[in-house]
Amino acid sequence: MTNHWVDIRNADLILVMGGNAAEAHPCGFKWVTEAMEHRKARLVVVDPRFTRTAAIADFFAPIRVGSDIAFLGGVVNYLMTKGKIHKEYVLNYTNAAFIVGDKYKFENGLFSGYDEDKRSYDRSQWAFEMGPDGFVKVDNTLQDPRCVYQIMRKHFSRYTPEKVSEVCGTPKESFLKIAEMMASTCTPDRVMTILYALGWTQHSVGSENIRTMAMIQLLLGNMGRAGGGVNALRGHANVQGITDQCAYAQVLPGYLGSPTDKDVNYETYVKARVPKELRPNSVNYAKNFQKFQVSLMKAWYGDAATKENDFAYDYLPKIDQPYDIMHTVERMVSGEIKGLICQGFNPMAALPNKAKLAAALKNLDFMVVIDPLRTESAEFWKPVGEFNNVNPSDIKTTVIRLPSTCFAEDEGTFTNSSRVIQWHWAAGDAPGEARKDRQIFGEMFTRVRALYKAEGGKFADPILKLNWAYTNPRFPAAEEVLKEISGRSKAELTDPATKEVVVPAGGQVVGFGQLKDDGSTSCGNWIYSGCFSEKGNLTARRDKTDPGNMGNNLNWGFSWPANRRVLYNRAGADMHGKAWDKTRPGIEWDGTKWSGIDVPDMPPTNNQAGPFIMTPSGVGNLFAAMAEGPLPEHYEPFETPLGRNPMNNNPLAVSNPASRIFKSVKGSFGQKDKYPYAATTYRLTEHFHFWTKNVESNAIVQPSPFVEIGVELAKAKGIKNGDSVRVWNDRGSIKAAAVVTKRIPQLNVAGQKVETVGIPIHFGFVGLANKGFLANELTPFVADANSLTPEFKAFLVNIEKA
Amino acid sequence: MNAPLSRRQFFRVCSAGVMASSAVGLGLAPGQAVAEVRPYKLARTTETRGTCPYCSVSCGVVMYSREEQGKRKIIHIEGDPDNPVNKGTLCPKGAGLLDMVHSPNRLLQPEIREAGSSEWKTISWDDALSKVARLMKKDRDANFIEKNAEGVTVNRWNSTAFIVSSAVSNEAGYLGVKMARGLGMVALDTQARI
Repeated sequence: MTNHWVDIRNADLILVMGGNAAEAHPCGFKWVTEAMEHRKARLVVVDPRFTRTAAIADFFAPIRVGSDIAFLGGVVNYLMTKGKIHKEYVLNYTNAAFIVGDKYKFENGLFSGYDEDKRSYDRSQWAFEMGPDGFVKVDNTLQDPRCVYQIMRKHFSRYTPEKVSEVCGTPKESFLKIAEMMASTCTPDRVMTILYALGWTQHSVGSENIRTMAMIQLLLGNMGRAGGGVNALRGHANVQGITDQCAYAQVLPGYLGSPTDKDVNYETYVKARVPKELRPNSVNYAKNFQKFQVSLMKAWYGDAATKENDFAYDYLPKIDQPYDIMHTVERMVSGEIKGLICQGFNPMAALPNKAKLAAALKNLDFMVVIDPLRTESAEFWKPVGEFNNVNPSDIKTTVIRLPSTCFAEDEGTFTNSSRVIQWHWAAGDAPGEARKDRQIFGEMFTRVRALYKAEGGKFADPILKLNWAYTNPRFPAAEEVLKEISGRSKAELTDPATKEVVVPAGGQVVGFGQLKDDGSTSCGNWIYSGCFSEKGNLTARRDKTDPGNMGNNLNWGFSWPANRRVLYNRAGADMHGKAWDKTRPGIEWDGTKWSGIDVPDMPPTNNQAGPFIMTPSGVGNLFAAMAEGPLPEHYEPFETPLGRNPMNNNPLAVSNPASRIFKSVKGSFGQKDKYPYAATTYRLTEHFHFWTKNVESNAIVQPSPFVEIGVELAKAKGIKNGDSVRVWNDRGSIKAAAVVTKRIPQLNVAGQKVETVGIPIHFGFVGLANKGFLANELTPFVADANSLTPEFKAFLVNIEKA
Repeated sequence: MNAPLSRRQFFRVCSAGVMASSAVGLGLAPGQAVAEVRPYKLARTTETRGTCPYCSVSCGVVMYSREEQGKRKIIHIEGDPDNPVNKGTLCPKGAGLLDMVHSPNRLLQPEIREAGSSEWKTISWDDALSKVARLMKKDRDANFIEKNAEGVTVNRWNSTAFIVSSAVSNEAGYLGVKMARGLGMVALDTQARI
């Protein structure tokens, strides 16, 4: 979230789209109802289903699964056509005025620079035009036909209200009503926020769904404002935290780019990651990359990381392929992956195309499972009737299962959706012989290290020299690890103005501003820096005071970065530093510095720089290179009920031209003749993923698998409420009870009627709830081109009475 | 019957259907029983603050535990009214947390399933961890790539994958990432992506 949970109560208009906050985040949703009650805020919901969020909304519009970019593109067109934008904000805080180079083109669904074989773009074709001063050329009148503003006008002019209705199935009047409501927040005194979740991310165009909304929020001047922002409502105890620790291939903790095979030496690696300022006066904070990277290597390698050895650069593994989970599954199927360490994850249930997962796990030589609960994945070799039809003697995988503690039996921090890092304490002892994950990892590492020490082996240096000097290396303590993450300074640090010692030698740094690239500081994760300072463990703070009454609670936990609660908060003030809206304060410029009821997201004494300090231009990017283009465009889900893209007639541009298509699934996407019905997956309020079917009270309140279908589809198939139905496609087949409901409307899309089958995900064949087929028997093995998130939410199925 | 009943006898009599008030009226109730109520469920418990593990609202919870057979056992979980985000509320998932902690499907011992077998076998932690370390080293030594085809130093081990849980603490996750990178692992991912 760019803003935070309590801040939602500061909004005038709340859009819930690509998510279902009332059902999936019930306790956070109270801030929506608070806004509605106390500010008379309005709630608008756009969803394929009339959800419980829709049930209390002021306005609801239905939308076809996978067509959100068309809807949002229609909103962009509406705002620009009617001039409903915050002009001063757009001119000064976005790249609307930037001139795009003349190689940029868009035609019939594709941008210039497309390589059909590689399924990727040469992004240099979309570069800005540079001026003689070395900065990007701008036209502050926004009239130049090649300025971003005019290019956008042209690009989005195709998303007329009629077109939106054609592509999305949303009635034109409903779309216009919502566009009008959103447009009303273009004035400085009105703010909208968006609450989205997996309904936007789990698509092959997921990243662009979200980006289009970010563009709308920039046009309306809602970023950096109390009650505004782009708010991702995430899920899992610590999904935000583990994202920040960067437990995935492309990045190191704190979102520092991983070295790739192209980064042949340290100099090349650093140079490619230090951006150059695109406009004068931009802070371009990402230019400090080396300070953070060196500090990370000092945390990992201590004295073994020196200036002479480029801070142990060669010890870092380089990546030559994406290595995301889908790519890993493919390599398991091909036999390239021999072993899997699977901690608190149930891939067989949670990943798309269960049949492929079963084939993948079967090929492993070994699998190590670390979990507090039984899962389908750990027991993939056990036959469970029709739900898991396997023969154990065919499966040669050695599986070692290690029992771990759960949240209530371990201490440490979780980071919530709004970036607040909160310490929690252990209330109970582990049952049986279960152990804390820190102890399990401590044992794993020290034992592997001991083997290398005793026996030698392939390139043992990075293992033997890894800094693992914890009080008990076999069981590192949570506090000492958090201190390492937050960072320390070898040398004493003094305040340049007062000469006072702010950090003693060897002490905890105040924040990432004190990190250096000379090896004198160490920090496991620069964005968390400062969370454990010389003042103590700031994540454990429980002070609820709220000066300004905006819900910022600055002394409750620690919000990264630097305890800022609302990101980009300098954009909450005009060019002179005065708040756009005095009734919703944030920070203001007092003549010499920024101050207010939040930590300024800006060097405190700088009133010249653009508010988006992490971009090289200092402004928000309306036009920005992503895998499938510099601007969003509607592409159909890979399994489309239309069989074509109504926005173009280009066979290369029906679905995302940049999405990776594995050889194993090429040509296998479902077609509408065999599988006429759109399908989507979602969550119930009583369950959390595949976890709570192990929990008695949750299994009681939602005991059995079901699918939801609309009344027209039910009638056409002779299905009555409660009948057992079979839902299938080429990937698999599930059986469940049918719930026939008005809340999944039939839609008129591009001249045909589109029905949608809704499939809650929570059931499986291990647990206390009634056994069911895994929903991911049906989902397609294709993903977003940027995030590599699978397209769980839009595919094709057929259905019949079972 | 004029001797007062012991407390235990009194309750047994009551549960057999004799009204408490009439028992009192007949002079059978022990002196204390009249004023006794059901023992306070949270008496002699320790209160601990925690965070719900499910969605990312991260509701604050208050957990109550007491010693049972040498271990702290959690006997009650409710929302934490001090938490400024959830203010004491819990949703159906959070409300069921006690049943998650005490699920009959909690894993209690290290186990191994040998190739081709149709069941789990219990093993000791030492045994399990030894095996795991040996499996990891064996695969790393067999498949570690020092240089790529162009002669660039890559130092990667891409034949064992590691999926890190999005439900563990930052401290555990950070250690997992540090260990994985230290070993040269690149096939790394977490639920955050999906």
